Amino acid sequence: MRLEYFQLIDRIVDLNLGAKTITVEAQVPAHNTIFEGHFPGYPIMPGVLLIESMAQTSGWLLSALLKFERMPFLAAVKEAKMRGFVAPGELLTIDASMVYEGSGYAITDAKIKVGGKLRSNSTLTFSHVPFPNEELRGHMDAVAKRIGFPQQAISND
Amino acid sequence: MSSTFDQVATIIAETCDIPRDTITPESHAIDDLGIDSLDFLDIAFAIDKAFGIKLPLEKWTQEVNDGKATTEQYFVLKNLCARIDELVAAKNAGT
Repeated sequence: MRLEYFQLIDRIVDLNLGAKTITVEAQVPAHNTIFEGHFPGYPIMPGVLLIESMAQTSGWLLSALLKFERMPFLAAVKEAKMRGFVAPGELLTIDASMVYEGSGYAITDAKIKVGGKLRSNSTLTFSHVPFPNEELRGHMDAVAKRIGFPQQAISND
Repeated sequence: MSSTFDQVATIIAETCDIPRDTITPESHAIDDLGIDSLDFLDIAFAIDKAFGIKLPLEKWTQEVNDGKATTEQYFVLKNLCARIDELVAAKNAGT
């Protein structure tokens, strides 16, 4: 996780365009100023960042399904449950799947597990639009490369 | 079997917490009912599910933005219901 840059996903573990699912990993840093305030003497990952990590995971899935021609933006958090604390240093495995593809929007389900146990889940709505500029498109390409986005997955058909 | 309008009005009432009796076929979803684009996504999702169609929101929005259509053509409920009926008919015809 690069918390300072709000880049929460470290690597894509699996991307299945047929099943419309993705699995990623995200390593919560052992030390970060966020944990000094949240909370002193009892550091835990803020729930909003868990939601954001599920949103980014879903975003990569949608980017793949949209062949990087459009940019998904988080539009609504239908339901999010924080089922257990996430501590500094823990490794998150995040799964997302497509629930519905509408016209210009999509709905996903996402889950965060630590050591195989569910810690958080949510249902998220995204709107998606053509990339607003080349800078953002270039940034997404660079991050995709860093986290191991399987480019062949979207270039074979 | 309830009419398209009855189903759509019920969806809008339940999705946006708008009193059902204030929703009429002449209501403009945006101008009269105050439904914004995000709420309309929820409505579109519910309509898609209820009727087994996919409302072409992007196409409609583009047409309005390009000046090729008015919001009334798609967002006055009687017109929206007519579009839904057309989409259902096209689906049933296998087109």
